[in-house]
Amino acid sequence: MNTSLPMIEITALRKSYGDLEVLKEINLKVETGGVVSLIGPSGSGKSTLLRCINLLVVPDDGAIRVGKTAFSFGQALQPPRSRTLADFRSRTGMVFQNFNLFPHMSVLENVMEAPVHVRRLPKAAARDMAMTQLEKVGLADRAAQMPETLSGGQKQRVAIARALAMEPEVMLFDEATSALDPELVGEVLQTMQKLASDGMTMVIVTHEIAFARDVADRVVFMRDGYVVEDGPAREVIENPKSEATQSFLSHYHKARSAH
Amino acid sequence: MYEWDFSVIYQYRWLFLQGLGVTIAFTIAIIIGGVTFGLVASSCLLSRFRLLRVVALAFIEVFRCTPILVQLVWAYYALPILAGVEMTPVTASLLALSCYGGSFYAEIIRGGIVSIDPGQSEAAAALGMTPGLAMRRIILPQALRRMVPALMNQSILQFKNTSLVSVLAVPDLVYQGQMVAHDSFRPLETYTAVAVGYFAILFPLTLYVRHRERVSGAKR
Repeated sequence: MNTSLPMIEITALRKSYGDLEVLKEINLKVETGGVVSLIGPSGSGKSTLLRCINLLVVPDDGAIRVGKTAFSFGQALQPPRSRTLADFRSRTGMVFQNFNLFPHMSVLENVMEAPVHVRRLPKAAARDMAMTQLEKVGLADRAAQMPETLSGGQKQRVAIARALAMEPEVMLFDEATSALDPELVGEVLQTMQKLASDGMTMVIVTHEIAFARDVADRVVFMRDGYVVEDGPAREVIENPKSEATQSFLSHYHKARSAH
Repeated sequence: MYEWDFSVIYQYRWLFLQGLGVTIAFTIAIIIGGVTFGLVASSCLLSRFRLLRVVALAFIEVFRCTPILVQLVWAYYALPILAGVEMTPVTASLLALSCYGGSFYAEIIRGGIVSIDPGQSEAAAALGMTPGLAMRRIILPQALRRMVPALMNQSILQFKNTSLVSVLAVPDLVYQGQMVAHDSFRPLETYTAVAVGYFAILFPLTLYVRHRERVSGAKR
C-alpha cells in the first residue's frame, strides 16, 4: 500500500441547496489504489459527495484534493473558472446511473471523443486507446454499433471504457447498476471488480451491499449529510457499530439469513 | 360569365421569373439572417447573465408579437425619422424579415437545446469538456436533429412572408404580379399564377418536412 499522501482528501466539506444542508462537514480520505463504497439511505448526501469529488457539484465550504490538484472553497473565495474545472475533471472518470452515452455517436466515437477533443490526441492514437479500453470491458466487437443497439449492461461497460480512455487517476461510480435489469448487474460489477484489482482508486456509491463488502476495502455509511460510520468493508457491514448503520443494513442481513 | 385567359401569363413570363428569382433569393437571405439572429438570441436566452437574457427576451417578444407588415413599414419609414438610419427598401426588408424570423427561430433553437437530457452535459463535463465544447460537440448536434422539422416549417413561413416586401416596392413575385395585373387587366389569372408559383415550390418542401418528421419520429 502506498504510504505517501492519500489520492483523495476531503476536508470539512459543506454543501447546501437553499436552506437544505446536504453535506455537513464531511472528511474523507481515499488511499491510492483504495476502493471506498459510499452507502446510505437516499437523501443521505452520498451522490452529492461523489459529485463534489470531481466538482460536478461545487461545494460551499471546505477543501478537496485529488492527486496533485487542490481546491479550497468558501464565501470569500472565487469559485474555480470553467477552464480550470474542465482540466481537473479530465483527470477523474465518472460513471452515471443512466449511462449518459452520446446517442449520436458510435460506441468507438463515444470512447474516442474526449481523448481527441479534450486531450487532443491524434485520431490514430485515440482510436488505439479506445480499442484497448473496449477490449478491457469486453466490447471491442461492438465498436461500430450505435449505443441504442446495446443492452443496459453493455452501455454501462462502454461508459466505463469511455471514462478509462482519459486515463483518470480516480474513478467515481454513481449507482452504476441501479438502472439495470437484475440479470445485467453482474457483468458491470465484474468489470468494476477487475478495475479495482488492477489498482484503480475508486469511490463507489452503491446499493449492492454484498458487492461493497467483497470489493471495497472501506465502507462509508452516510445519513442526513453526515458520515456516520467509516471502516473496513467487512467490519462495517457485518458488525456495524452505530444504530443507524445497523437499521439500514438490517434489511440486507435479514434477506441473507433467509437463504 | 368570366372568361379565363391564361395566355397573358406566358406573355409576361420573364417578369414572373424575375419576381420568383427575387423571392427565392430573399428567402435564402432571410433564412440565413434569421437563423443567425435566432442562434445569437437563443444563446443569450440560455446565458447565465441576466442582462443578456432580458435583452434577448425583449427582442424576441417585440418581433414575435407585432405584425410583420408593420415591422416592414416601420423599418423603412420610421427608422430614418427616429434614428437617422437611411436604408434602401431591400436592406430594410432584409432586416425586418430576419428579425421577425429570428424571434421564432430563437424559440425553436432554445427549445431544442433544453430538450436534451441534462445527463448529456453532465457526462461531457465529467470527461473534461468546457461548456462551449460540450455545446458544440454533444448538445447542438443532437438538438439540431430534433429542430430540423420545426426550422423547416418556420422557413416555409418565411418564404411566404417575403410576399409582404412588395409594399416597399421590392420587385418580388407578388410585386411583379401586381405590375402584370395592372398592365394586362387580368388580375385573376395573374394572382392565380402567383399562387401556383408559391405552391410549386413549397409543396415539395412540406412533403420533405413531413418525411423527415416521420423518420426522426421512428428513431425514438
